[in-house]
Amino acid sequence: MTSETLRPPPATPGQAAANPAPRRRRRRSWRRSLRRDWQLYSLAVVPLLFFLVFRYLPMIGNVIAFRRFSPGGSVFGEYWVGLRYFRLFLADPTFWQVFTNTLVLGTLTLLFCFPLPIVLALLLNEVRARRLKRFVQSVSYLPHFLSIVIVAAMVMQLLSMDGSVNQLVRGLGGEGVPFLQQPGWFRAIYVSSEVWQTVGWGTILYLAALTTIDENLYEAARIDGANRWRQTWHVTLPGIRPTMVTLLILNIGTFMAVGFEKILLLYNPLTYPTADVISTYLFRLGFESSNFSYAAAIGLFEAVIGLILVLGANTISRRTVGTSLW
Amino acid sequence: MVTVAPGTAGPKTTPPVRARRSRGIRPTRGYRVFQAVNGVVLTLVVIVTLYPFVNIVARSLSDEAPIIAGKVNLVPQGFNLTAYRLVMSDPMFWTNYRNTVVYTVVATAISIVLTTCYAYVLSKHQLRGRGVLVGIAVFTMFFSGGLIPNYVLITSLGMKNSIWAVVLPNAINVFNLLVMKAFFESLPVELEEAAAVDGLSTYGTLLRIVLPLSKAIIATMLLFYAVSFWNSWFTAFLYLDQQDLLPVTVYLRNLIAGATGAQSAGGVAESDAVQAAATIQAVTIVLTTLPILAVYPFIQRFFVSGVMLGAVKG
Repeated sequence: MTSETLRPPPATPGQAAANPAPRRRRRRSWRRSLRRDWQLYSLAVVPLLFFLVFRYLPMIGNVIAFRRFSPGGSVFGEYWVGLRYFRLFLADPTFWQVFTNTLVLGTLTLLFCFPLPIVLALLLNEVRARRLKRFVQSVSYLPHFLSIVIVAAMVMQLLSMDGSVNQLVRGLGGEGVPFLQQPGWFRAIYVSSEVWQTVGWGTILYLAALTTIDENLYEAARIDGANRWRQTWHVTLPGIRPTMVTLLILNIGTFMAVGFEKILLLYNPLTYPTADVISTYLFRLGFESSNFSYAAAIGLFEAVIGLILVLGANTISRRTVGTSLW
Repeated sequence: MVTVAPGTAGPKTTPPVRARRSRGIRPTRGYRVFQAVNGVVLTLVVIVTLYPFVNIVARSLSDEAPIIAGKVNLVPQGFNLTAYRLVMSDPMFWTNYRNTVVYTVVATAISIVLTTCYAYVLSKHQLRGRGVLVGIAVFTMFFSGGLIPNYVLITSLGMKNSIWAVVLPNAINVFNLLVMKAFFESLPVELEEAAAVDGLSTYGTLLRIVLPLSKAIIATMLLFYAVSFWNSWFTAFLYLDQQDLLPVTVYLRNLIAGATGAQSAGGVAESDAVQAAATIQAVTIVLTTLPILAVYPFIQRFFVSGVMLGAVKG
């Protein structure tokens, strides 16, 4: 300790004179913690490299949205074009169509995939028979573990002209419907497959939160004459509110990136009018038309909106209900 | 002692039981109706969840004629294993299956090492600059470079058509990282302090003290990563052009994409060629899902505990 404090000031006197004590002390304590914890820091080097290369470099790579990019040329494009690509897509009617589709699919997903796990968790919570509850839980988690490709393939088989759904339709006296070829059906198909895959798994956190609710609160509610329904409304729901808010914010965070992979697997040119979303549109722009800069501009726009949505939802929830992600 | 214990415990435990009974469970008629409805709803949930699986298995075991006629639902019609023989005799299917295994193993190994190291560093509260290190990771959860810059990056790193394009870009999942960090934070500090006093370096402490205590969480993380790599298809689809490099998920994707292409080209009327693919598709789905289904009963509880740990502390 004493040798630290007695050490002469760093070699640059001008700088040291400009900001005397604080900076010097900070630098010295940095040096000290480096010396003390260098092994810990060394463990962080490779993961940091990962984040730098595979997460932050692509963020910087977004400069090609402001530059002319030609495949095979420089990674960061050839020359500046300013906001040209942004103006281009803002005037592109297809962009506005896929933008609307994104909002519609995102809203529908949120409307169904956010509340349904809560409902299912409440229903499961009322089940008396342990075994039965465990069984229903195990079954309902299962779809979560499947690859999206498998889910898409199953959807296609169920909805094909000879699939079970069309058999049901015919059995009820209707005509067979080529569901996946009709734009009118896409939203329903997408949302229901999403519900099928995510609702069971989504109950886990709620079920965990439900077990933490103080039994005495129910007792007090009963003494006050609350029936089951009112106990649910006044005790259970407030009890799981922090979980609900956290998951809502997280759901809002993925709002713009609505099921890109699943849509890519399920859509086709016939269903573009309802199925094509921002991410699939920019995928085609980039990889079918090789408009990398144009696609990157749209991607950047999407990512920024996503970030704003998360930050906004987080701020609102911190101000209103006092729950936030960080 | 042993015989006395239940005798004394007996009278003490009965009153609470009686009290509990009188307290709440005097089922009203409305509640009984609710329980019945609840049972029906949950049964429906189970049926709806399981139906697609049963249907796929039935289709995979059926003859083609009944499938085209639209007669296959729960039970295979015209039972035969021709389609299984056909798919399993395709060498490319096995090549791609092996690729999936290799990619999953390599990617999981890399992921677990990187995640463990970084999570351990982040769990040290006294470390200078820890906040920044956490921020660097968490920010990537909410903002990403996007598809195109990623593609340009991977291409210019020369990783296209190599295993690295599949195993490296998603090596650290920030959610998993936070779960692990939470676990390390919950370990008693005294253990590591004692290890340090005994002259163990940080590496030694991590390897000999911390990791042996973390077997459960490491197993959970291994499963999280392994399942996600096993299921992933898009990175491979994007970066791998050679058929013999593809994982089995992309094999399946190409199969179904080919079928829809033919469907939309031929309009509503489906050709025989497409129909022939129907059983093949079903078989491929079954064979791809099988490993997951086989291990599912054993891994499920690890997943649940992992998610909860992340929720409580992350």
